[in-house]
Amino acid sequence: MKALDAVAWLGASVLALVEYIGELGIFAVSGVSHVFRPPWYPRQLGRAFLEIGYFSLPVVALTALFTGMVLALQSYTGFSRFGAESAIASVVVLSVTRELGPVLAGLMVSGRAGAAIAAELGTMRVTDQIDALSTLSTEPMKYLVAPRLLAATIALPLLVVLADILGVMGGYLVGVYKLGFSSGGYLNSTFTNLQTQDVVSGLIKAAVFGFIIALMGCFNGYRSRGGAQGVGAATTAAVVSASILILALDYVLTQVLFVK
Amino acid sequence: MSNPKIRIRGLKKHFGPKKVLDGIDLDVEVGTGMVVIGGSGTGKSVLLKSILGLVTPDAGSIEIDGVDVLKAPAREARALRQQIGMLFQNGALFDSLPVWENVTFGLLAQKKLSRAKARDMAVEILAQVGLGADVAGLSPADLSGGMQKRVGLARAIAARPAIMFFDEPTTGLDPIMGAVIDELIVDCVKRLGSTSVAITHDMASAQRIADKAAMLFEGKITWTGPAGELLTTSDPVVDQFTHGRAHGPIQMALRK
Ligand SMILES: Nc1ncnc2c1ncn2[C@@H]1O[C@H](COP(=O)(O)OP(=O)(O)OP(=O)(O)O)[C@@H](O)[C@H]1O
Ligand SMILES: [Mg+2]
Repeated sequence: MKALDAVAWLGASVLALVEYIGELGIFAVSGVSHVFRPPWYPRQLGRAFLEIGYFSLPVVALTALFTGMVLALQSYTGFSRFGAESAIASVVVLSVTRELGPVLAGLMVSGRAGAAIAAELGTMRVTDQIDALSTLSTEPMKYLVAPRLLAATIALPLLVVLADILGVMGGYLVGVYKLGFSSGGYLNSTFTNLQTQDVVSGLIKAAVFGFIIALMGCFNGYRSRGGAQGVGAATTAAVVSASILILALDYVLTQVLFVK
Repeated sequence: MSNPKIRIRGLKKHFGPKKVLDGIDLDVEVGTGMVVIGGSGTGKSVLLKSILGLVTPDAGSIEIDGVDVLKAPAREARALRQQIGMLFQNGALFDSLPVWENVTFGLLAQKKLSRAKARDMAVEILAQVGLGADVAGLSPADLSGGMQKRVGLARAIAARPAIMFFDEPTTGLDPIMGAVIDELIVDCVKRLGSTSVAITHDMASAQRIADKAAMLFEGKITWTGPAGELLTTSDPVVDQFTHGRAHGPIQMALRK
């Protein structure tokens, strides 16, 4: 009996997962298709851009700065053991542009903007505001979801450009003022090993992460049920699912973009 | 009398194991006011949302102007439903927008109005529901519940819809404002020749705003008649409900 219950439970879980992925897929396709079909809502797009991009600037900037600093310090400790201190600048710039910039910015923005999107759409759902939109000649997917998907997909790469710069700057500050590198020497070894591809692939990652953040925020908010508690659950689900997807997709994208 | 604006037949909807609507038949004639009464949680709001396409029914037909919107192509169904202005039970105002944008939202969406003129228009419509121009710039969150309801009403009637749905328009208003809103509803419906469906628990209001009444009980329309007969009919369910009697068929059904 126990074994049967377990099988039934497993079956139900798999079915639920398949259904979830199906719904998410349909939602994503519908959301993206609305990005490309008029009417467009520039006001909504601007607002989403401010909310996701502009207001995330301080968080992303500070995260990147400290990450660059700690990276320089940590690699110094390690590299000095076999006399490879000169590689520190390269390690910092490559780690930040290829990996840490996009991933950390993605995680921070997911916690900030992804949560906010889920909470706002969730509240709109449970207070009938989303229903009200459709009674006022407005398609909610187009008005609420499409602008956020587009804004996040554009905003994240821009945030990561900033993260790249500040990450390198953090490494530079520690390298020059604490570890005693010369300013010119540090910058020189930063840029000699850096290739366009490192930066570009980091930005591609960022665009994908931005899309994921907005998608999970919108999806969970849009289908939330059951008052304040439901909205809270949707917000948590949005952040957790976006964070896991970011880390998983980071591996996949690294495999696709760097390994030949 | 042969061509109702809205004709509903055999409408069914369940949520999980719960049958909410279990075969609704209802006709709403052109230019008349219909009021639907029924206990809390009997599915009155679900009925309106089904007609609006916000809830997908399990079975049945909903005709607007003689076309079944459940079977019609999406575009045609949308156009038919666009004639409906809806006041939601809780107002459902957009809290990211100021009051004036809420009121003119539908007009702006349909490009019947430019943004430059929207605010003046909103002030005009707000005046009709007894709200001053000072309210226009406020955020919905800064309004009292009754004011939110009136803004919701202003938003519902702004596009002068041919069909108006009012989900408990006077709940939460003081008696005088309730009477004012009733008068406004009657006035709108008369002036625009609109057809209206209202849900209310207030019998005085029901008799003021409606010509006909329908009782929703156990998923079906169990009684329809002139609104004036709500308090005098011998139907036991309506009689118990309208007089608020603690004992009768409704509470017997709850015990089952
Ligand atoms: N989206 C939904 N999911 C699950 N159940 C729902 C949903 N919408 C409504 N219900 C259920 O349907 C029933 C009818 O709800 P409805 O809101 O229509 O009641 P009502 O007649 O309008 O009541 P009231 O007078 O209190 O507003 C309720 O039991 C409610 O729990
Ligand atoms: Mg209701």
